Amino acid sequence: MSTETIDLKTRLITDFYAREAVLNGEASSEYHQKKREGLARFEKLGFPTIRHEEWKYSNVKDLISVSYDFNAESSIGLAELEDLKVPAQEANILYFVNGRYNAGLSTIISPVEKITISSLAEAYKNDPARVSSYFNELTKDADDAFTALNTAFTQDGVFIHIPDNQQVEHPIILRFVSDAREQNVGSQPRNIISVGKNSHVKLAEAFRTLGEQRSFTNVVTEIHVAEEANVQYYKVQNESDNAYHVGTTQVRMLDRSHFYAGTVTLNGKFTRNNLNIVLDGERCDAHMYGLYFPDGSQHVDNHTVADHQKPNSESNELYKGILRDKSKGVFNGKIFVRPDAQKTNAFQSCKNIVLSPDATMNTKPQLEIYADDVKCSHGTTTGQIDEEALFYMRSRGISRPEAMSLLMFAFCADVVSQIKIDSVRDYLENVITQKLASK
Amino acid sequence: MLSINDLRASIEGKEILKGINLEVKPGEVHAIMGPNGSGKSTLASVLAGREEYEVTGGNVVFDGKDILELAPEERAAEGIFLAFQYPVEIPGVTTINFLKTAVNEIRKYRGEVPLDAAQFLKMVREKAKLVSMNDSLLKRALNEGFSGGEKKRNEIFQMAVLEPKLAILDETDSGLDIDALRIVAEGVNSLRSPERATIVVTHYQRLLDYIVPDYVHVLYKGRIVKSGPKELAFELEEKGYDWIKAEVEAVG
Ligand SMILES: Nc1ncnc2c1ncn2[C@@H]1O[C@H](COP(=O)(O)OP(=O)(O)OP(=O)(O)O)[C@@H](O)[C@H]1O
Ligand SMILES: [Mg+2]
Repeated sequence: MSTETIDLKTRLITDFYAREAVLNGEASSEYHQKKREGLARFEKLGFPTIRHEEWKYSNVKDLISVSYDFNAESSIGLAELEDLKVPAQEANILYFVNGRYNAGLSTIISPVEKITISSLAEAYKNDPARVSSYFNELTKDADDAFTALNTAFTQDGVFIHIPDNQQVEHPIILRFVSDAREQNVGSQPRNIISVGKNSHVKLAEAFRTLGEQRSFTNVVTEIHVAEEANVQYYKVQNESDNAYHVGTTQVRMLDRSHFYAGTVTLNGKFTRNNLNIVLDGERCDAHMYGLYFPDGSQHVDNHTVADHQKPNSESNELYKGILRDKSKGVFNGKIFVRPDAQKTNAFQSCKNIVLSPDATMNTKPQLEIYADDVKCSHGTTTGQIDEEALFYMRSRGISRPEAMSLLMFAFCADVVSQIKIDSVRDYLENVITQKLASK
Repeated sequence: MLSINDLRASIEGKEILKGINLEVKPGEVHAIMGPNGSGKSTLASVLAGREEYEVTGGNVVFDGKDILELAPEERAAEGIFLAFQYPVEIPGVTTINFLKTAVNEIRKYRGEVPLDAAQFLKMVREKAKLVSMNDSLLKRALNEGFSGGEKKRNEIFQMAVLEPKLAILDETDSGLDIDALRIVAEGVNSLRSPERATIVVTHYQRLLDYIVPDYVHVLYKGRIVKSGPKELAFELEEKGYDWIKAEVEAVG
């Protein structure tokens, strides 16, 4: 087999114009103009290299060295999805296969007359003005090629609009499945979530792959959190050993709102997660939890931003990882405290267990503080499993592997326990237990 | 039951145990005393299988098996228990869960069926009562934030649950108040039986008032330099170690 090098950037740009050519009147819409801006930005930025400060430890060379079918059809049915499933719970479940909504597989049980939960494509058909006004609002200034690329190619994803004072009883679970059984597939879901004043919702994005071919997911999620809203947002990645994933979640929080994020990377060849939270309100609190388990030659990179723009808010972050084999981990946590953001509390911690001498973890806390009355702390640790603890447990009759998995499970517990959707937490506990026992 | 023959062990190239000989028969209690740094904890750790120590000579036979060949967990399953001088804190693992895993791993080793949750809880409750171990401690992470005395009591509680044939108590008395000392001693004594043996490492005669030893040994510079009946402990309490050191130096 020849190793063909392709120019993915040029291909994508050509692709864009080909799509545009058949749009007719739609090409002049506000929606499409935003996509054009995305393309222009992508064209200018190009795919990052490791000379780019934000991509220093994460090389996308491999990711962009092949082509992907971004329009791959899939005949996937519930039977094939059975083993990819997160256990059932009373929940809204929306399936996206190769980036496109699959109504046949999905179930929406929350009252749609009160809250909007639909595919982005359908939402746009029904109310182009509303969708256009939200689209790319939070990410328009992002200096990130992948975000711009996603904007240019936005077709589908989820659109959730929750009016004020709604308690959304049932969690919303978004399942993104890449069907890579036949070919290399690409998808670029765009999710737009707007949560009204004093409304409460729990949602999860779960990413899985079917098949052995390569998959490339480039996802962007924009979340608007209005005053006093409470949002629990989880991202669970359990993709194949041949899955490449780049994702950005961009959040804007207003006064007295609460936002919880849990990002768990169970498996995947290459993962880059950007979680950017702008605390654009007073007395709001943002919580970021993360967990990752790379093995083999996997790569997991979490970049987070807590951007404090107003006084009296709090951010609180805990990321943990267990690294094996030749895997690589990256954590970059930025905290900005803008001049107005007096009395900010910001905490950040990243703890890692590195189980192999060939595995590496790069951690970089980055604090930029422009206000004087603030409390900030950060800390990172990278270590091995505690041998004293191991010996203590073994001296009580617990075998070494069992003791290791107990210790590692305990290490993960304070992140896992933060996941407040029961079915998702149970799923994680199961997968993590198996993962920790299998080595 | 336990026979230690010319045991030598070193750490980081430094020889700590320089030929230990000790014979423990079922039903006996042996006290090991000796100045700081003489190798008492090292001996206890080597018996329990701590891997940092390199055994450079001798052997240890327990119930007919050469235990130096066994992993720490196998020794535990064979019936050896070490109460640590410094119990380790293990965040995120509750005492109760830890013990359940331990009990069932040992049962598995012995070819017994695992205890179910109800059986286990019943047994644990009884043992907790025996050492006046508070229920709330059982639900907390193992030793995390426990007071010094609580940690020591937890060691004896674990011993009561695991019912070892040979218990090695490394300074379990230090850091205990008088009441706790009595409770710990009662816990140990309640396990005494003609089939079980105990090695008590201590600096103080006080504990030996409660757990009366059959023999007292003095460990000094990696060797047992003196052995005697329980009265030897009184003598050490009264006179200190200088006279023993002098005796050893005189012999050369
Ligand atoms: N990990 C180690 N590295 C280097 N030296 C060690 C190590 N562990 C023990 N030692 C040394 O071995 C010697 C014996 O230590 P040990 O802990 O066995 O003494 P001990 O008799 O239990 O003393 P104590 O009464 O103070 O508890 C000491 O000199 C100690 O410094
Ligand atoms: Mg000691």
